[in-house]
Amino acid sequence: MSSQALVEIRDVNFAYDSRPILKGVNLTFPKGKVIAVMGGSGCGKTTLLQLIGGALKPSSGYVKVDGQVIHELDHKGLYDMRRRMGMLFQFGALFTDMSVYDNVAFQMREHTDLPEEIIRDLVLMKLHAVGLRGTHNLMPAELSGGMARRVALARTVALDPMLIMYDEPFAGLDPISLTVVGNLIRRLNDALGATSVVVTHDVQESLKIVDYIYFIADGVVVAEGTPAEISSSDKPFVHQFVHGEMDGPVPFHYPCGDYRQDLNLRPER
Amino acid sequence: MKRTTLDLWVGIFVVAGLGALAVLALKVGNLSTYNMSETYQLQAHFSNIGGLKSQASIKSSGVLVGRVAQISLDPERYEAKVTMTIDKRYKFPKDTFANILTSGLLGEQYIGLIPGGDEAFLKAGDEIKKTQSAVVLEDLISRFLYSKAEDSKQPNK
Amino acid sequence: MIVENLRSLGHRIVSAVWRIGYASRFFMMILFYSGTSFRRFHLTIKELFSSGVMSLIIILVAGTFVGMVLGLQGYETLKRYGAESALGSLVALSLVRELGPVLAALLFASRAGSAMTAEIGLMKATEQISAMEMMAINPLARVVAPRFWAGVISMPLLSALFSAMGVFGGYVVGVVLIGVDEGSFWSQMQAGVDFQHDIVNGMIKSFVFGVAVTAIALFEGYDAPPTAEGVSGATTRTVVESSLTILFLDFILTAFMFQGE
Repeated sequence: MSSQALVEIRDVNFAYDSRPILKGVNLTFPKGKVIAVMGGSGCGKTTLLQLIGGALKPSSGYVKVDGQVIHELDHKGLYDMRRRMGMLFQFGALFTDMSVYDNVAFQMREHTDLPEEIIRDLVLMKLHAVGLRGTHNLMPAELSGGMARRVALARTVALDPMLIMYDEPFAGLDPISLTVVGNLIRRLNDALGATSVVVTHDVQESLKIVDYIYFIADGVVVAEGTPAEISSSDKPFVHQFVHGEMDGPVPFHYPCGDYRQDLNLRPER
Repeated sequence: MKRTTLDLWVGIFVVAGLGALAVLALKVGNLSTYNMSETYQLQAHFSNIGGLKSQASIKSSGVLVGRVAQISLDPERYEAKVTMTIDKRYKFPKDTFANILTSGLLGEQYIGLIPGGDEAFLKAGDEIKKTQSAVVLEDLISRFLYSKAEDSKQPNK
Repeated sequence: MIVENLRSLGHRIVSAVWRIGYASRFFMMILFYSGTSFRRFHLTIKELFSSGVMSLIIILVAGTFVGMVLGLQGYETLKRYGAESALGSLVALSLVRELGPVLAALLFASRAGSAMTAEIGLMKATEQISAMEMMAINPLARVVAPRFWAGVISMPLLSALFSAMGVFGGYVVGVVLIGVDEGSFWSQMQAGVDFQHDIVNGMIKSFVFGVAVTAIALFEGYDAPPTAEGVSGATTRTVVESSLTILFLDFILTAFMFQGE
């Protein structure tokens, strides 16, 4: 990869208690690109985002964002770093006690001293970008799932972050909303000149919008490449994942003992 | 816009709460009778104070003139030492008589002051010399029983 | 078998101690991050609305009824000794010293405390807390501390309202319905209730209860597992733990305040 890297993840190991999640992961997110990190459920994709955001510390290795090692930052340094990041949570995580407008305005009010008129203009611009300027008076409970996701997206980019992280942005969306959110991710990234990381298991949608794809399974990177390379890959895991096959390198059965033994069937004598 | 109605309600709540506190203090409690801003202190020794407590009232002719500030045991005389806070408006002669009384048969105990005829008045920090202790019901009963026993013995002699 | 039981007992004790330590640290963190609650007081005002104003109805109604019951029961008892005139003093003293602070705090725990736990717990379950952290905003300062101070401010006010309504209820039953002499009702009350000794101590009690209830409610919410069962369990624990804490603290405080009488 030729262009400069915004995020570098080097030999990162991470374990919850003694259960290893990531085992020596190396990833590079170049500036200005949209990168997808894919893998089955529970393979540590969300953990990866938390490591980048500084919510978790790697057991070994490091995560470097914009030249700074995240887990070596102090509290203030980390908070300064987080101001330059945006994260879209799985179900939006809108603040349910505030209106759409206040949700988008939230970070501007907390982190800047902008006068209310400017905040108003900014909020309407952000909402307009996601096509929901008309909803600014509604409460999050009055929005559909797809609309909530888009409002959350507007809130995520409220302060024009350099790095936008998406945690399962496509989960639970209908096909239309899915396409809308997918296109927004691409357009916002290019409009803001940001770098985006999309953690997802929605292969088809991501293949359409991203520049580069990493596959993670069992805590290691098993495949990587551009969408074209991935589509035509004949690696068994990637093939199974892209085409959604039931059995393959990712087995249908959770690891367990012998079936016959479990059912107390005596071997034939 | 929304915030102002919210502020209004919270304002109503706080005012109502403080109002309730004021009602408690003035109407329910005795803060209104506390306005003895100018006071002086007197002392008295009693051989027995019975059930007298601090903050008990001090009355003269039934009028509230002060309150008991402190009760302690005088380690030299082995008597109860009572410090009284008296309203500055009231002056009492030197030979005033302090008496521990009970309001009603089982009511609260208070100190009654009966002024004497001396022309000099008690000053702050002075001691009331003439005191009478509380009537302790048990003593009264046992004294009554003993005297009964004495009475019943005599004719037999 | 016995070893097994002992082991699980030991394990529980250790985890209880661990939890107490964690809760204390949480409490210190709330105090540490309280600056925002006062610098941006509208955050606290908003929470005052949801914990204080929303509890008003239940406190006012409950206070009135408790006072009316006290008036009835007190009258029945005092009548036997011919001391009906002491009704005012009895009603006011029981309310101001005990029932006002304790019952108001119990009601507050189940009305506002449980709501706080559920709200914080759900904010956590729906990742709103994590979202705030990722926005470089400290949720303790922004979400938890304002709720804490709103609870601490509300509690004494609610308790005063409860007592005042109770006295009013006692007055209605005693004087208006039963016909105890109005003058002696109020004068006996004033003679019996001491401002510093009874009213101020009652307010101190309710302040302490306010701190305890809100701290427990917020801790349980913040500590709740981010699932539906986790939040509902935490809400139940808030009500149980804060009720027991109120009654226990009441005993301790009463022993300190009214000893030697």
